[in-house]
Amino acid sequence: MEKLLLLGDEAIAQGAIDAGMSGIYGYPGTPSTEIIEYVQRSKTAQERNIHRKWSANEKTAAEAALGMSYAGKRSMCTMKHVGLNVAADCFMNSAITGANGGTIVTVADDPSMHSSQNEQDSRIYGKFAMIPIFEPSNQQECYDMTFHAFEISEKYQIPIMMRLTTRLSHSRSGVATKDMIAENELKLPEDKRQFVLLPAIARRRYKMLLDNQVKFETESENSPFNKFIGGSDKSKGIIACGIAYNYLMENYTDSTCPFPVLKVSQYPLPRKMVEKITSECKEILVLEEGAPMIEEMLKGYLGDCLNIRGRLDGTLPRDGELNPNLVLQAINGEKVEMNLIPEEVKGRPPQFCKGCGHIDAYNAIKEVMADYGDGHVLSDIGCYTLAALPPFQSINSCVDMGASITMAKGAADSGLFPVIATIGDSTFTHSGMTGLLDAVIEGTNIVVMILDNSTTGMTGGQDSHALDRLVSICEGLGVEKDHITRVNPIKQNHEALVELIRKEIAYNGVSVIIPTRECMQTLKRKLKKK
Amino acid sequence: MKKDIILCGVGGQGILSIATVIGYAAVDSGLYLKQAEVHGMSQRGGDVQSHFRISDKEIFSDLIPFGGADMILSVEPMESLRYLPYLSKNGWVITNDKPFNNIVNYPETEDVYKQIKKLDNHILINADDIAKEIGSPRSMNMVMIGAASSFLGIEFDKLIEGIKFIFGRKGEEMVNLNVKALEAGKAFAEKFNK
Repeated sequence: MEKLLLLGDEAIAQGAIDAGMSGIYGYPGTPSTEIIEYVQRSKTAQERNIHRKWSANEKTAAEAALGMSYAGKRSMCTMKHVGLNVAADCFMNSAITGANGGTIVTVADDPSMHSSQNEQDSRIYGKFAMIPIFEPSNQQECYDMTFHAFEISEKYQIPIMMRLTTRLSHSRSGVATKDMIAENELKLPEDKRQFVLLPAIARRRYKMLLDNQVKFETESENSPFNKFIGGSDKSKGIIACGIAYNYLMENYTDSTCPFPVLKVSQYPLPRKMVEKITSECKEILVLEEGAPMIEEMLKGYLGDCLNIRGRLDGTLPRDGELNPNLVLQAINGEKVEMNLIPEEVKGRPPQFCKGCGHIDAYNAIKEVMADYGDGHVLSDIGCYTLAALPPFQSINSCVDMGASITMAKGAADSGLFPVIATIGDSTFTHSGMTGLLDAVIEGTNIVVMILDNSTTGMTGGQDSHALDRLVSICEGLGVEKDHITRVNPIKQNHEALVELIRKEIAYNGVSVIIPTRECMQTLKRKLKKK
Repeated sequence: MKKDIILCGVGGQGILSIATVIGYAAVDSGLYLKQAEVHGMSQRGGDVQSHFRISDKEIFSDLIPFGGADMILSVEPMESLRYLPYLSKNGWVITNDKPFNNIVNYPETEDVYKQIKKLDNHILINADDIAKEIGSPRSMNMVMIGAASSFLGIEFDKLIEGIKFIFGRKGEEMVNLNVKALEAGKAFAEKFNK
């Protein structure tokens, strides 16, 4: 038995490789990125030629993974929580089509929003789709569950959700590995119409999904990852999900937890186990990372007659991630004594790297927009979002991938002038292209600036689908050739870029300006390699 | 044996190389390890920290509880103070003295030092200078490990093994320079405490 030191993300990847996965698809997004990066570095993945290239976005990734499952092979798609919004169409419907080869949708949530615009809880999506969810509590479970999840997926022909959170995704620990198993052979589904969701077929498949719910629940009851741990003090029972189980046990490293504990790492909720703990104990404390999903399930609207404690009644904070101290405080009201942070300590927000091309682009934008006042620049998700912070304070939106162009369109449709959209190259090919098409069709008066650093920067420099394709994509979408301009954003070109932006603002229609200069981080890495 | 350490600094300063060397040494010594890292947005020049835990027993939480850290090991002085709520009563703050000034409102360096010196258990070390003196300015991180070495609960030789593991493929000279940095850090800390 070999032991590897792996991040939670990497343990998922290693588990998937060892469990005979034939392909992984995804789009980079913190904290999920390292899963695919690990497969890309893996020798075994190279030898087996496991598919491991990035996809244009989470939707294309989810669909490709489903296609691989259709063909009988084991597949995985990965994304951050908000990526599942992009993939949701495929995700929800794949619960109805079901799977052929085992398939896992791995979603890494980011409670406390370390690197995200919200902290939505993907378990709610899993419940919505009515598919089994796995929520590992540690790195070893990340590895072991991946095997188990593929098995359940094939046993019931159902996609599985694997849900991680930041602290597990990005924490390293020893993982014992198992023997690698062979990949599936190519094998089409027995029912060749299984994946055709025409209403008549979809209705039949949906009934199958509903009928399977009981079986999924039985799987949860018998899951090696769900545990009922007895305790003598029945004044309180604790339901601890995923990583919250660790925060609980952290407080009992030198003793035993006196209260009965239900550790939940596989959903749907194991009903009998829940009934056991709720009937035994006077009060239930629910520890879950993310939304109070289980707490709401237990309480419903009429639950005030039950004694359920958690995020809804203020026993735990309603938002943000948990930690051992918050859990202890929820159990016994004890507040930990701690040092204060001296006032000398100042905030240190992230910022553009020294020499970054985005700095030059925003210097020009800032100069031009000084004539119009703050409020005309709709932006997007990536390193260039940092222009919201000092010293630039130049952008007015960051909502979802691609929303810069479409929000700019809506604002222009309302009569706002001028309107500039700033979007990165990778974000543009992720979800910006369709919005640009909308603008071209209507000749909307906007200036789209595609800030091209030739990589997916914020997540650490993954390959960008936009590389060397931006001009031809824009031409193909119908932007006038004379209004597509590439420039090199360097100091010497500042005046020229300012003039260019002014000129394109004056043009009544869709203009695209593409400041192109390689990301300093990827450039540094390339030079180091040489 | 259980050591909970907050490693901290500014994104890009390479605190993860510290984690890698100590981590290798810990695992090589047969200890359990958990190490929570910061990836993503903060890596772009923001404050970064890693919760680094080693123990001879199973470790549950990936995060160190407040008031529970045995050590704050920081490669930047102001950053060493940011994590004081994590420090235990008898915990140590071991920090590089060179400010990384990438914000407009960085405090007076002397005020930062004053706060550090207020702490009973601290080592304030000019790790950048020491690294330069031995001819390897990029080995500041190894100087820091050296300064912390006697508090880690790991044999010094195991740390050298860790350095060999990390820098081995870059050649013997690279290994030697980093070992030298490690030893210099250790020597400084020993003198500092007398």
